[in-house]
Amino acid sequence: MIRTRELTKHFRVHKRPPGFRSAVRSLFHRQYEVVKAVDGVSFTIERGERVGFLGPNGAGKTTTLKVLSGLLHPTSGEAMVEDHVPARRQTELLQKITLVMGQKSQLIWDLPPADTYELNRAVFDVPRRQYQETLAELTQLLELGPLLHKPTRQLSLGERMKCELAAALLHRPTTLFLDEPTIGLDVAMQLAIRDFVRTYNQRHEATVLLTSHYMDDVVALCPRIIVIDAGKLIHDGDLRGLVKAMDPDKRVSFTLTQPIGDDELGKVGALLQRDGARVTVRVPEREIPAAVGHLLRELRVADLAIEDPPLEEILREMFGKAKQERAPAEPGQQP
Amino acid sequence: MTRTLRAIPTLLRVGVAETVAYRAEFLIWILTTTLPLVMLALWTSVASERAFRSYSSEDFVAYYLAVLIVRNLTGTWVAWQVSEDVRMGSMSMRLLRPLHPFVAYAASHLAAVPFRSLVVLPIAGVLLLSSGASSLTREPVQLALIVPSLALAWLITFSLLFALGALAFFITKAMALLNLYFMTFSLFSGYLLPQDLLPGWIARAAAVLPFRYMLGVPVELMTRAHAPGEVRNLMLGQLAWAAVSLVVALRVWRLGVRRYEAVGG
Repeated sequence: MIRTRELTKHFRVHKRPPGFRSAVRSLFHRQYEVVKAVDGVSFTIERGERVGFLGPNGAGKTTTLKVLSGLLHPTSGEAMVEDHVPARRQTELLQKITLVMGQKSQLIWDLPPADTYELNRAVFDVPRRQYQETLAELTQLLELGPLLHKPTRQLSLGERMKCELAAALLHRPTTLFLDEPTIGLDVAMQLAIRDFVRTYNQRHEATVLLTSHYMDDVVALCPRIIVIDAGKLIHDGDLRGLVKAMDPDKRVSFTLTQPIGDDELGKVGALLQRDGARVTVRVPEREIPAAVGHLLRELRVADLAIEDPPLEEILREMFGKAKQERAPAEPGQQP
Repeated sequence: MTRTLRAIPTLLRVGVAETVAYRAEFLIWILTTTLPLVMLALWTSVASERAFRSYSSEDFVAYYLAVLIVRNLTGTWVAWQVSEDVRMGSMSMRLLRPLHPFVAYAASHLAAVPFRSLVVLPIAGVLLLSSGASSLTREPVQLALIVPSLALAWLITFSLLFALGALAFFITKAMALLNLYFMTFSLFSGYLLPQDLLPGWIARAAAVLPFRYMLGVPVELMTRAHAPGEVRNLMLGQLAWAAVSLVVALRVWRLGVRRYEAVGG
């Protein structure tokens, strides 16, 4: 279980305008500003939940994950993970958690991943039999076979990420903090990692807190999402609930089989996109049956699909609103 | 603690594998530790016709080759490594493992010692036995204490440099301090000159600073006959400095890690 109460993390940052004079001046007189990376965030995540942690760049997602995994000491507030205070970095906690950072590697660069795995086995004190079983399971799920004995520096980004995941999970943690685990990976590899995370979560009843810029990762993996912006929590709930609350209208996409003008399409719903014969309109949920009937019977369209608005769109709108609300209150702050 | 001890053989094994992977880096590192050879050439030339103070040409050969050997066995670049790991954020991965980074770094550095010494030590050994053998100590007690003294010298050096690296938690460019450290170390440790050739105030300062115990003491045990009381004092001094430097290293770490900003990622 993960629990935070009014968690804050502030950084003191040296601030200097550009130019030679200000560089010299900063030698004698330094100016600092306090950046509130995490600002009073509270949530609880139960064991076995998969939660997406979303927010724009600099919102405080990674900082929160680092506090929860014990890398950073919070400025104030409370964080508990698996009944431990993470900042104390007790062995019992470190053996139950893992943090995967898409942009930081724990694999030893010039040695094959197998050496890092062996090191982790010893450091995490994993019994040899359990280690072999887990490694076999991870090798099969992630198709690591040919990669285990190649020097890490010779692996592609996708291969390295798979090996990173295995290194992070060899001690069978029950809480996974995944920070952009699919960054830079191609679609096939993203799908493979997503499937793997879901399988691991189900097999080990592991709690997963995931950040990703790929909304598909979040939609596919996380029934619940927590959204933060400028260090503050602005939404915590299920994904569908968020979509409904922010934008209850559906997106109806279809392919025209005959020439139809924009005016005619506008009667079905607000025209969002027209790309050749492919059209997307926005239709309020209650008007969907009538709109679909009209499209199929009168306009004779093909390949009709009804979808929720894309999460990216919802979030963009959400962050835009939050920024507007913040602007008059905090004119100087720059997260 | 038991868990840590169980992990050590694997840490050493992986350390050896890492060392072997970085061959060029080690060759360069070895070249940087050959300053004693320069000093050797200089001082044997000075003492070629008659002894300089109490040092004959053979004494200088023995002294500087012993310095080379001790420096090779006890030198470490952990300060640079810790400081870079803090500055670049790669310390995060070490902090996520249930093993104190002091132990992890120590194991990987200890694993490297035999390889680092592979090139220089045989040459130094042969030269020492052929040209400086007459100046080597034959005191059984001193001979028996060489290995423990080397171990303590390694521990003091490693701990102080670990603490120096951990200053990166407090100041971004902690490595600027490394030059200051090396200058002080060279002056007071016996790296440039034997302790008994140092000018009065430097010799007095050297007696109370840790640097002599990081290099000078094992070198003196190899090359100078000391009275039993003096040997005991040198060893007790080393033990005391080993304890102090270990406490300092762990204390600086403990205070510093609270300020870690885990940049990147």
